[in-house]
Order: sequence, then C-alpha cells, then structure tokens
Amino acid sequence: MTKKNDSTFKSRFMSWLSGENSPLDDELESIVSGEEEAGLDMLSFERAELEEEKLELRRDKLLLDEVAESRRMHLWAKTKGAKWLNVFYRTTAFILCAAIIFFLLSTVVALPPFGAEDNPYNNEVSQRYIEQGIPETGAVNFVAGMILDYRAFDTFGESTVLFVASCGVIFLLKLGDHAPGKPSKAMLEAEYDDRHHEPKNDGILQFAAKFLTPVILLFGIYIVLNGHISPGGGFSGGAVMGAGLILYLTAFGFEKTRRFFTYKMTRWISVLPLLCYAGMKSYSFFTGANHIPGGVPLGTPGAILSSGFILPLNICVGLIVMCTMYTFYALFRKGGM
Amino acid sequence: MEFVKNVPFFCIMLCMVSAVISSMLPRKAARWITVFLSMAVAVMNLWLLCFLLRSNESFTYMMGHFPAPWGNELRGGLLEALMTIVFSLVILSSALGGMDKQEVQIDEAKQNLFSVMLDLVLAGMVSMVYTNDLFTGYVFIEILTLASCVLIMARQNGRTMVSATRYMIMSLLGSGLITIGITITYSLTGHLLMENIHESMVALHQSGSYEGPITVVIGLFFVGVGIKSALFPFHTWLADAYSYSTPAASSILSSVVSKTYIFFLIKILYRTIGFEVIRDNRVLELMFLFGIAAMIFGSLSAISSHDLRRMCAFSSVAQIGYIYAAMGLTLEAGFVAALYHMLVHSLAKSSMFIAASSLSDVSGNSKRFSDLRGAGFRHRTAGVCFTVSAMSIVGIPPLGGFISKLYFGKAAFAYGGAHMWVMLLALALSTLLNVLYFMKTVITLYRPARHDFENPDYRPDRRANAAMWLMTAANLLAGFLAQPIADLVHRGLAMFV
Repeated sequence: MTKKNDSTFKSRFMSWLSGENSPLDDELESIVSGEEEAGLDMLSFERAELEEEKLELRRDKLLLDEVAESRRMHLWAKTKGAKWLNVFYRTTAFILCAAIIFFLLSTVVALPPFGAEDNPYNNEVSQRYIEQGIPETGAVNFVAGMILDYRAFDTFGESTVLFVASCGVIFLLKLGDHAPGKPSKAMLEAEYDDRHHEPKNDGILQFAAKFLTPVILLFGIYIVLNGHISPGGGFSGGAVMGAGLILYLTAFGFEKTRRFFTYKMTRWISVLPLLCYAGMKSYSFFTGANHIPGGVPLGTPGAILSSGFILPLNICVGLIVMCTMYTFYALFRKGGM
Repeated sequence: MEFVKNVPFFCIMLCMVSAVISSMLPRKAARWITVFLSMAVAVMNLWLLCFLLRSNESFTYMMGHFPAPWGNELRGGLLEALMTIVFSLVILSSALGGMDKQEVQIDEAKQNLFSVMLDLVLAGMVSMVYTNDLFTGYVFIEILTLASCVLIMARQNGRTMVSATRYMIMSLLGSGLITIGITITYSLTGHLLMENIHESMVALHQSGSYEGPITVVIGLFFVGVGIKSALFPFHTWLADAYSYSTPAASSILSSVVSKTYIFFLIKILYRTIGFEVIRDNRVLELMFLFGIAAMIFGSLSAISSHDLRRMCAFSSVAQIGYIYAAMGLTLEAGFVAALYHMLVHSLAKSSMFIAASSLSDVSGNSKRFSDLRGAGFRHRTAGVCFTVSAMSIVGIPPLGGFISKLYFGKAAFAYGGAHMWVMLLALALSTLLNVLYFMKTVITLYRPARHDFENPDYRPDRRANAAMWLMTAANLLAGFLAQPIADLVHRGLAMFV
C-alpha cells in the first residue's frame, strides 16, 4: 500500500516539496531504498543489519574503486595528459601568433607608403595646425598648441589616466596605519626590508645626487615652463622632475625626503593641478561651445607669458606627472612614503 | 544654442571633478557623492532626452573654441541619452546596494578610492557614449580599463588578485588591438572624427581600394572590444573577476563597463566605418559565429557551476553572445535587437548580482546552492528581486527579456537562409538552458531549508533593499514599456548615422 503511494506523482512531488529528496541538489544524497524495505517486510532485525552491512561493504568497495580510478586519471593528466596538452597548446599558440603577425604585416605593407606627399593624413587638419597654429593658440610649439588647446579634452583624459593609475597603485600597495601615528606590523616589516635592501649612506651616490638633483629639477622646470616655446611640455618635464626626486630619494632615503614631500602633500599636488586643469578647460569649453566671447589674451608668440592657458596647463600636467612617478617609485619600494 | 545641449559636457566634467575631489574626502562623503552624482547624471540626461524627443535631430557640441576636425567634439542623440540614463541608473542602484558590503570587504582607509573608481567609470561611460572622436574614445577606454581593474581587486584576497591580473593582461591586449585599429584607420582616412572617417571609408569602399586593410581594421576593433566585453573565446578572465569581487563591482562591471564597450563598438561599426561597408565585408560572420558559440557554451558553463555568482557570471557570457550574434547579422533589425537587449540585460544582471550577495548573506555567507535553500524566505526582497531578474533574462512574457528574444527572432527571419536556422536553433537551445539553470536556482531559493542559519551579527541592509526594489521596478518597467523603448531605439538608430 505504502509502496504504491510512494510512486504516484503527487506524493513524490509532495515529498520533494517538503525537502526530503531532490534531484536538484548538486551533491548525491545517500538514501538507499528498496532493499531496506525488503528487510522491513520480514520484520527481522538481524536480517536488516546483515543487509546494511552488505550495503556498507559494497559502498566501501565502490568508493575504493572510485578513488583508484580518479588517482589513475590524475596521474595520466599529470604526466601524459599534461604533455599532450602542452604540445597542443604551444602549437596552437604558435600558429595563431604567426597568423596574426602575417595578417598585420601584410596590412602594413598594403597601407599608403609612409611619408608620401599625397597620403590621406596630409589634409586640412594638419594644414591648419601648421599654418594657423601660432596665430590661433599663441604657442610656437605646434605640439603644445595641439594637445593643450585644439585637443585639450583628450589631454585632460590622459592626465586623468595618470591620476587613476596612481590611485590604483595606492589601492594595491599602500600599507595602512589603522591607528593614526602608529605603524602597523606590515609597515615595520617594509621599513626593515627597505633598510636592508636599499643603499644606505652611499658616499659616492650622495655626492653625485647633491650636485645632480638641483640640476635635474631645474632642467625639468625649464622644460615645463618653456613647453609652449620650445620642444617639451608638461609630460616630458614632469617625467624629468620625477626622476630628479627619485634620485634624491634613492640617495638619501625616506627620512630626508619626508621633510618636504609627505604622502598627503603628494596627493594634494596631484589633485589640485587636476582641479585647476578642469576649471580652466571647463571655462574655455563652455565659452567656446556656447559662442560666448571670453577669450584669454594670447600675448606675443615666443614670449614666456604667452599663449593663453597653455602655460598654466603645462605646469598642471607637469606636477601631475611628477607626483605620479614619485608615487609609483615610493609605493613599489616601501608601500608608503 | 539651447542650454540643454551642454548636458553631456556638464556630466563628464562633473564626474571627473567629483572623482578627483573624492580621493581626498572621507569614505562616507565619497560614497554619497557617487550616489548623488549618478542620480544627477540620470536626471540631466532625462532632460536632454525630452528635448531631443521634441527636436528630433541629433546635435554636436564643440569642446573648446575650435570646430570639429581640429578640436574635440561631442555628439548627442536619442540613443546616447537613453543609454546614459539606463547605465547611470544601474550605477546608482549598484553603488547604493553595495554600500554596506563595501564597509566590510574593503580596507577602511581605501574605501574612498573605491568611490573614486565608481565616479570614473561613470565619467568614462558618459564620455564613450557621447564622444564623436575615435581617439577620445580610446583615452576613456584606458580610464575604464584601469578603473575596472581596481574595482576587481578592491576586495583584496588571492582570488581577486589573480583575476585582476588576468583581467589586466587580457584587457591591455584588447586596448592594444584597438589602438592598432585606430592607427590603421587614421593612415587610411587621415581623420579621427567619426563623420569624416565615415565619408572616406565609404569613398574607399566604392572605389574598391584598400579592401584588405579595411577588413583588418574591422577585425581588430571587433576582437579588441570582444576581449574587453568577454565574448566567448576571450571570456576566461570573467568568471573569477565577477564572482569574487564586491557585489557593487561585479554588478557594474557586468552591466555598465562591458556594455559601454559594446556600445562603442556599435558606434565604430555602424557610424564610423559605416553600415554599407560592414555589410559587404564578410568578416563579421566571425562575430556571428562567436556569438552563437557564446550563447551555447556560456549557458553550459553556467549549468555546471556550483556557485550562485559564478553562474550569474557565466550567464553574462551567454547574454553577451546574444548581442554579438545579433550584430553579426549586420542588419538594422539586428542592431536594434542588440541595443534593446543591452538595456534589458544590464538592468537584470546588475540586480541579480546585488540580490545574490544579499541571498548569500542570509545563508551563512555561502554561495553554494545547497546552502541557499530557502534563502528566498529568509530574505524576501532579494528573493523577489532575483526571481524577477531571472525571469527577465530567461524571457518570460511580460518582462524585457522576452521582447528582446522576439527581436532576435525577427532579425533572424529578416536575414533568412542558413543563418536564420542557426540563430533560431541557438536561441531555442540557449533559452532552454537558461530555463534550466535559472529556474533551478529560483526553485532552490524557495524550498525549505535543511537547517537554520542563525547569524547574530546579521542586520537587514536597508540601502540594499531600497536598491533592489528600485531595480525590480526598473526591470518590470523595461518589460511593460517595451514598445516605447524599442521605438526610441529605432528612432535613435535612425538619428545615429
């Protein structure tokens, strides 16, 4: 009677609904039926026990078989399988790379010849940059006029890329002090590592750095400030200034640099120029797009105070690049400043 | 010029400036800035959308004092405004829903940087949607890539570190391919502005010259964006990245970041290179094939995963396959279907990730199905939210997923031939598999639990609840307003060229 009831769809559904038995669960549930019921019919306790023992034996044997099988498979996968896979993987990778190289090279060959006079990119765009660049932007350096005036929005994006990158490195590597002022264990370890691995009181290095650092910094400042007049600008000048700071840090260690360049200050020096950049360019985008006369005096091309916003923008970009480089170096070295 | 046309510019600048300021603010202020920022972006774009509906023509916006081929330019139309509204709503609800989790899972001193990254994702999304210049698009691809990498590794443990590294490598490969594509395009056409490239491309196409390089350009853009948006053979970075990061991160990555890339690809294919050119160039057959493969294999991987969030991640692979397969048909109907499905899927998938995290909260922090039994009773809001979004993805009639499948079918019928049968079969099979794993999950959620989960620390997360109700409502609306939204997409696509 009960057996019949068990097999109807409704009762199976009800039992499944109440959570007794389910094909949905991903692990196998060990409910063994059928043979146990035969035991119940006889109402013999010993018989049931015997059956159970038999079942257990069978289950153990199955388990052992399974373990042996899986061991065999793993062994195969580790030795022969891995070898085959490796060979297959490398051949496919090689073929794929060769095909991509072939396609790209054949494309380059099919492109218009490099530097030819009638190339598509010798068009009205570059013509205006070259011919109208100086009167329209006031910058003798065409490149500066192009990236900081004609296409200043792209450059704003690029500066933001640097900002994101430095934020990402801070996120990844900065060791935090949870109680302010009290260095954490990781920070102490990093401090120890730093002392152990980095040069300390290296006379030759310090002597050279003493002379070189001011020169490098001055040169960087020169490149930034002359960005609109001569080759250079914020990106290259900032990189030079950052290199100077890194040299000083390598020679004299964090204690000396911390006197004038703390973590907070680096952050502010990269945030404020970006805000200035955004402010200045928002003004010129807004006035330009809405045709509001709000021009900035361009000055005489070639003078240091000329070309409108380009000089302050160069300074902003230079500061951002410098701080980003310094942040990268300090964080990769010690996880802090 | 009407003042409302300043909206895209305002949105971009506002997002960038808030991101920069947030990096110096305490974590709570930074979090609320993200929420209000995304709300402001949504409202402003709604205003723009209303204006565009009345004026019924697209507009360009000069970024600075110099007109387009010389300076930068933004371009707005119905489609752009619609996408921005939906994506910023998704960011709003994800930021709101993931707020409490953030507190637990991310280092306290670094939480404001997480908000910075969310703001930058918003900025990158708005700029990529509105830009009219290939190179500006590339700059913001870089910002999105870096920001989403930080979003993945924000919860710092071994799994997220490995997956962030994997994401970084794959994503940089994609960026590299896109750069090569832009470079070749520039040397073929001499322009970076989308309209000018389109003109020269059409001229080149009609004269029949440079066919090989044009094919390579299309292929490079397609594979580059395909890697970044986890199209099937390039999806290996996705599963770990989505299933171990914080819920806000995985919901934003799956529904905003990858969709923004796809939208940018549509912009490149449909607007920049030109519909006629890509239709005659057979390289997009490959896109169709990859899409079909993704529809099947993504679903199969989803079935075989034992972990709720991993299953959702693999289901994203399948859904992205739908989008690519529809675009690979190179029909206008295909693009309409793809765009509509992008909207529906981003709404459904983001709510699914937030709900999944709430459901595992009430199940002893486990994501395994065996522990999730009865979770729908323990957390009713999350249960309802998950069920509605699962039904939307599967395609149960009143919800958006059904309409998008209808459009996919329509596009397939319009194409005809063998492609029609392949697409229809794949659609049927994939839907069947979807039903299998999503309904299994929903049924698991509403079955009696095996044992009680007593968690004395647990307290209901009111913000996540609010976010989930918001998302459920958005999912339902996307289904009930299917016709108006599809009309908008149609009109937007017509305005696109």
